[in-house]
Amino acid sequence: MEPWLAILTGLLTACALYLVMCRNLVRIVLGTVLLAHAINLAVLTSGRLTRAIPPIAQGEGGVPETAANALPQALILTAIVISFGLLMSVLVLAVRLRRVLGTVDTDRFRAAEPPPDVAAAEDEHRRHEA
Amino acid sequence: MSAAWLLFLPIALPFAGAVLAFIAGRAGDRRAPQWVNVGTTALMTLVSLLLLSAVWRDGPQAIQMGGWAAPFGITLVADILGAVMVVITALSGLAVAVYAMADIDEGRAKLGWHALYLVLLAGVTGAFLTGDLFNLYVWFEVMLIASFCLLVLGGDKAQLDGGLRYVALNLVATVMFLMAIGLLYGLTGTLNMADLHVTLKTVDAPGLVTTIAVLFLGAFGIKSAVFPLFFWLPASYHVPPVAVSAIFAALLTKVGVYALIRLFTLVFTADVDYTHGILLVIAGATMVTGVLGAAAQNQVRKILSFHIISQIGYMVMGLALYTPLALLGAVFYLVHHIIVKANLFLVGGVAKRITGSFELDRIGGLYKAKPWLAVLFLIPALSLAGIPPLSGFWAKLVLIEASLEVEAWVIAGVALVVGLLTVFSMSKIWLEAFWKPHPDGDAAVGAVALTRGETVALVAPIVLLASITVIIGLAPQPFLDLAARSAQELLAPEAYVRVVLGGLP
Repeated sequence: MEPWLAILTGLLTACALYLVMCRNLVRIVLGTVLLAHAINLAVLTSGRLTRAIPPIAQGEGGVPETAANALPQALILTAIVISFGLLMSVLVLAVRLRRVLGTVDTDRFRAAEPPPDVAAAEDEHRRHEA
Repeated sequence: MSAAWLLFLPIALPFAGAVLAFIAGRAGDRRAPQWVNVGTTALMTLVSLLLLSAVWRDGPQAIQMGGWAAPFGITLVADILGAVMVVITALSGLAVAVYAMADIDEGRAKLGWHALYLVLLAGVTGAFLTGDLFNLYVWFEVMLIASFCLLVLGGDKAQLDGGLRYVALNLVATVMFLMAIGLLYGLTGTLNMADLHVTLKTVDAPGLVTTIAVLFLGAFGIKSAVFPLFFWLPASYHVPPVAVSAIFAALLTKVGVYALIRLFTLVFTADVDYTHGILLVIAGATMVTGVLGAAAQNQVRKILSFHIISQIGYMVMGLALYTPLALLGAVFYLVHHIIVKANLFLVGGVAKRITGSFELDRIGGLYKAKPWLAVLFLIPALSLAGIPPLSGFWAKLVLIEASLEVEAWVIAGVALVVGLLTVFSMSKIWLEAFWKPHPDGDAAVGAVALTRGETVALVAPIVLLASITVIIGLAPQPFLDLAARSAQELLAPEAYVRVVLGGLP
C-alpha cells in the first residue's frame, strides 16, 4: 500500500506545483489546496498504515502492537485546520485582488512593483492632485 | 518566579495582550489598543530578561506542557540562544509598538492592527521557545497568518499585490516544512528535537537523513530568504506601513535563521561536510546577490530589503563554518542585525514623513533640516556596514576571524567585499536623502509638520535602538560572552538534551 500512496503523493505534488506556477490567480489558489492535501497524505503514509485496529487501549494490555498510529492523524488534523484557515485568507485576498485590479492574470499585477514609466506617470498624477 | 512561568509568560503575554487590544478597540477608544500594545511588549521585555538571567545562572530550562513527559508531550525549552532571541524580540517589539502609535492610522487600528501585531510576536517567541518540531510548524503558521494579515491590512493596491507574492512563496515553505516533518517522523518515530538528537544517531539510513535535512534547508531557506529563494522579500517588504516593514525586517527572516541554526546543530550533524558545505555556498551567494540587488535599487525601503538578504548570508556563514568561534559570530550577528535593521526602517519612515517620499530621486535636504536625524541614521547605517566601533564591526570581525581560522579564504574575501559594497549603499542613501538639496526646494522638507506627541513616538524608539547599537559597540565583551556560551551549548547540546528528556538516557 505504501508505494502506491507514495506515488499518489508525488503525482498530487506535481499537479499542485504546476498549478501554483500558473499565471492565473484561481489556479494558484487551487494549487495551494492540492499541495496541502499531498503533504497530508505523505504524513499519513509515514505513520503505520493498518486497517481495522483502532489505537484504543485494551484493558491492562495497552494499545495492541499492530494498531494504527494515532499521532500522524493528530498532526494531519492540525495541519488541515491550519491550511483551511490559510486557504480562507488567500481566497479573500484573491477576491479583493480581482476586484481592485480587475484581472486574475498575475503577470498584470504591477501595483507593488510598477514598471518605471507607469510609476512616473502615477507620480505626476499625484502631484497634479496635490 | 519559577522557570515554568518564565518560559510560559513570553508566549502567553502577547496572546492575552492581543485579546485585550481587540476588545479595547471594539469598545471604541481609539488610543486604548496602542497602550495595551506598548504595555504588553514592555512586560514581555521584563519577563524575557528574567528568563535570560535564569538561563545564564542555571543552564537550559524546560517545562513539559500539560504534564506529558518528553518525548510524548510538547516541551518548551530555553537555552541561551532561545532566551537571547526572546529578549531581542521583545525589545524590538517594544520599539516598533511605540513607533506604531504615530505610524498606524486610525483605520488600520480599528481593523485590529495592534491585536495582530501581538499575535505575530506570540508566534515568533513561540518558535524560539518550543522544543518540538511539529509545534515549531504551528508557530510558523501563526506567524505566517498574522504577518500576512498585517501586510494586507488597509488594502491598498500595492499591499494586496505584495501580499500575494509573500503568501504564495511562504505557503510553499511551510508545506515543505511539513513534508520534512512527516518523513522525519516516519524514520525516527519522534518529533522532539532533543530526542531526535539521540535517536537519529541510531538510524542507519544516511541517504534518507540527508534528503530530509535538505528538505528542511529548503523550507527554512525560503523563510530566511537565502539565495536563490529570496524573491518574495524585496517584492513585499516595501508595501505595508513602516512599522510593519520594520518588525518584519527585524524578526521574520531571523526566525528562519534560528530554525536553521537549531536543526543543523542539534539534529542534522551526521554529514556535516555535505550539509554545511551546501550552507557555505548558499551563504556566499546570498551575501553577494543581496548587496548587488541593493545597489540597483533607488528606493529607501527596497535598498534596505535587499540588505536584509545580504546580511542573512553572514549569519548562515557562521552556521556553515561550524566552529565555536563561527557560531559565536552567527549568534552575535543575529542580535546586532535585528536591532540595526529595525532601526534603519524606522529612520527611513521618519525621513519619508519629513520629506514626503521613499524614492531617493524625490527627496533630499534632510541633513540641513534635521541634523539629529542624520546622526540617528548614521549610527545604524555605519553599524550595518561594519565600521568600528559600532556593533556590526565586532560581528563581522568575529565571523571573518572564524573563516580565516579554518582557512576558508574565499568566504572571508566575499564577506569583506560585501561589507565594502554595503558602505556604498548606505552612502547612496546618505547622499541622496540627507546631503543633496530637496528637488522641490528647502520648503518641501518638513512641509507636513509633526505634532510633539508624534515626534516623541517616532523618535524615541530610534534613539533606544541606536543607543543599544552604540552600547554593544563600545562594550562588546558581555555580549560576546553571551554568544560564546551559546555557541558552546549549540556545539555540545548535552545539557539541553538532558533538561528536555529529564531522567531518560
